[in-house]
Amino acid sequence: MTKFTFPQSIKSRPIYGTLEARDGSAHLLVADAHGAEAILDVATPEMMAKAHIIYIPKGEHFEDKLRALKPALFYSGPSYSAAEPRLRKALADARMGLQVYLTGTEGLMGQAMNAAMAAGIPHTAIQTEHRGSVARRMQCVHCKGITEDVETDPFVCSHCGLNLFVRDHYSRRLAAYQGVRVDAEDPGNVPEPKGIYE
Amino acid sequence: MTIQFNEESFRDDYSFYNSERAIKRFPFPFHEDSYMYSVNMEQHRGGPKDSVYEKRFDVDEHYISEMRDRAIVLAEDPLRCQSLPHMTLAGWDLLELIMVSKSEDYPDLFELHRDGNTWRWINKPLGIDDTFTFLDDATLPYGPMEYITRQAQGDFAVLDQRDDNLWMDAGMVTTQADWSLDFDIGMNFFEWHAPVPLAHEKGIFVRALKFLLNIQQGAPARRLNWTMTVNPLLDTSPENYHKWGIQKTTLTPENIGAKQHLRVELQTFFRLPRSNALVFPIRCYLCSFQDLMTVPKWGRRLHRVVRDLPVELATYKGFINNRPMMLDYLKNFDDGLPTSPGIWPDLETEPPLQK
Amino acid sequence: MSGAEKIAVTVTDIVPVNELVTRFEFKRTDGGLLPTFSGGAHTVVEMRDGDITRLNPYSLMSDPMDQTAYTISVRRDDHGRGGSLFMHTKVAIGDEMVISYPVNLFSLDLRAKKHLFLAGGIGITPFLAQIKQLERFNGHWELHYACRTQSLGSYVDELTSQHPNETHIYYDDQKQVIDLVRLLDGQPLGTHVYVCGPKGMIEWVRQTAAAEGWPREAIHYEEFLAPQPGKPFEVKLAVSNKVISVGEHESLLEAIERAGVDAPYLCRGGACGQCETNVIDYSGTFIHRDHWLDGAEHASGQKIMPCVSRFEGKTLVLDR
Repeated sequence: MTKFTFPQSIKSRPIYGTLEARDGSAHLLVADAHGAEAILDVATPEMMAKAHIIYIPKGEHFEDKLRALKPALFYSGPSYSAAEPRLRKALADARMGLQVYLTGTEGLMGQAMNAAMAAGIPHTAIQTEHRGSVARRMQCVHCKGITEDVETDPFVCSHCGLNLFVRDHYSRRLAAYQGVRVDAEDPGNVPEPKGIYE
Repeated sequence: MTIQFNEESFRDDYSFYNSERAIKRFPFPFHEDSYMYSVNMEQHRGGPKDSVYEKRFDVDEHYISEMRDRAIVLAEDPLRCQSLPHMTLAGWDLLELIMVSKSEDYPDLFELHRDGNTWRWINKPLGIDDTFTFLDDATLPYGPMEYITRQAQGDFAVLDQRDDNLWMDAGMVTTQADWSLDFDIGMNFFEWHAPVPLAHEKGIFVRALKFLLNIQQGAPARRLNWTMTVNPLLDTSPENYHKWGIQKTTLTPENIGAKQHLRVELQTFFRLPRSNALVFPIRCYLCSFQDLMTVPKWGRRLHRVVRDLPVELATYKGFINNRPMMLDYLKNFDDGLPTSPGIWPDLETEPPLQK
Repeated sequence: MSGAEKIAVTVTDIVPVNELVTRFEFKRTDGGLLPTFSGGAHTVVEMRDGDITRLNPYSLMSDPMDQTAYTISVRRDDHGRGGSLFMHTKVAIGDEMVISYPVNLFSLDLRAKKHLFLAGGIGITPFLAQIKQLERFNGHWELHYACRTQSLGSYVDELTSQHPNETHIYYDDQKQVIDLVRLLDGQPLGTHVYVCGPKGMIEWVRQTAAAEGWPREAIHYEEFLAPQPGKPFEVKLAVSNKVISVGEHESLLEAIERAGVDAPYLCRGGACGQCETNVIDYSGTFIHRDHWLDGAEHASGQKIMPCVSRFEGKTLVLDR
């Protein structure tokens, strides 16, 4: 099981659920790595007959099992960035009644959610379930650059090099948490990095 | 009314100052000797003559210098002013609200001439005389919200009202107390207030939201909020925190009176007619500790409020490290005498400092 | 605060639209401009009928950009509490009346890529203003309007002649029914549905859309709940120290107002939350008819919405 129990936090911190099959005219499922397990848990033959699965394995080996579900359309790609054109096309062609299921890392879910929202789906109608890595996408509030796969607090901004502490304040629009300079009031005094959830 | 406008800066040499008039009308936010959050809303329908509450959008001696500072901030970081596409109509609503209010409340300074949709706006202090077509973006040098808020003191958050919630979908934010429009744009009322400690547990935001959702045209409301800033720096943004945060460490017992400022936000709330959006102007007033101490009642009260403020609030408001030094200074102005209820200076009735 | 700000107006035109519906036009009595508003807004009209003052909300159907006059349409209800009858029989051109500033509890979602309007009967009125607003700003909209009969089809001619491609009319007596499932199927992402009409039509649209997988946030509805009559009951107002009797055909809110107690209100239809009142003590059963309180609040016995809800029992003490 690759589910993590996130500690209680502030109101902007997203809360993920458990995917459940819903009535709809079509189903779009987007997942990375261990998110495949959530798809395997929720899939039904009726859903799969009208389903489009977009999957980014990131080194995991669930592709065969997902194909065996016989979704109407299946895509497996090397990264979210590579998958994005396909995702946007699927959304552009979609009609109201489309059910969207996102599962895997927070970064994958956040970015896919933005694509769905831009296409006109209210974010509260989009289902999410977290599986796998708890690494975060972090935006440096100073240089605006996004650092991917952050697991420690503090961390170094991969763009401007400042040492940033990890906030739970999350922007749906940016699909990232906020990073702020940790030693602004005492330059050079950077605490030892710990795991974010330690 | 004639206002003498200051020539001053809010950065670098910090030549900002308050005249005696400005000190007396400063919106001291504490009505009692302690502070806790509340939904302290009241109607925004005027106030005592020459107070900051009298006009719909207060214009004071800092007007020209504040607008100059805003232009500098925007040149360095245009992301401080953003408007999601569906909010343009709300921007026009805001432009109309500010132009009508200011031309009526300060006829010596602002004029608005309307002939159908052809409008002429004259802003004498800033030397602006523009003719444009209302609702036609192409006839203004900026989008409507940016155009008018470059000429109005304070920040402006423009909130879309949907799904029984308010969404921060547009804003001009250059004088904020440490939050980022670029990060928060698109969030709802509970989300953008997420970092505020204690208030959510007290149900403050649920009650406040209910009140705000029901604000109607022609019936604006207001409340006060506050924090502390070292130096009269308006741009205390998270974006620049890596530059200004260090200033907190430059306080000394000798300079604290001049450098430590109480920063008060006069927040108002207006329903916008064509878009049904809600505009949330956040007007920032600064006053140094030494200027505040010239009002004996405020001297007594500020010491008590800062001394007894819960640790979480002092931390969230960013002055927990400097609190001991503040109290060392403020205690000299607290003679233990009782203070009258309410925020007003009450200079005629409150006794001078007894030490 | 009781309701929105008020405006003194004069009735400047009365036009019977058909045998049930009459249109009224108001201009400001002092000759000034009326406030502009957003499509979907309503105004609350004060009706002084001898001793009784009624306050009824009516959708503004005029162009939101037209500040010279407001227009409403009133459907006569012979079995109601008398407000529409008053308008139809006792109001004349030249009368001075008081209406509220516009209040919008049914606004357009300006992010929508397409607005799909579903109107039943007099429910057409808010859409008339919204259509004018969207036309001004090149919005994408479509209207499906169900009327009982051709003669009762208010504004059908105006709509079909000005917007022939967007307007679809259905006459009940000709067994024409909106094929809702087919209509919803195939709408592009970002379509929002707005329904205004009888309670049954609203329920049908909401349930059908949910079954077709539409998100709740994409469905908007407005139903002016007229307060239902009920058995009279007695109420103690603890703050004003009065005991009042709520009659069969008046709402609890109206009874409170009749006693001279100023209670807050806004929509008067159970939707906006402004009249929420705390219950200090009770012995009996609440008849909650509002859309504002949640299930737990309804069950708690601690709150009531006096504009539409009632009570049966021995004692009810309110914080008013």
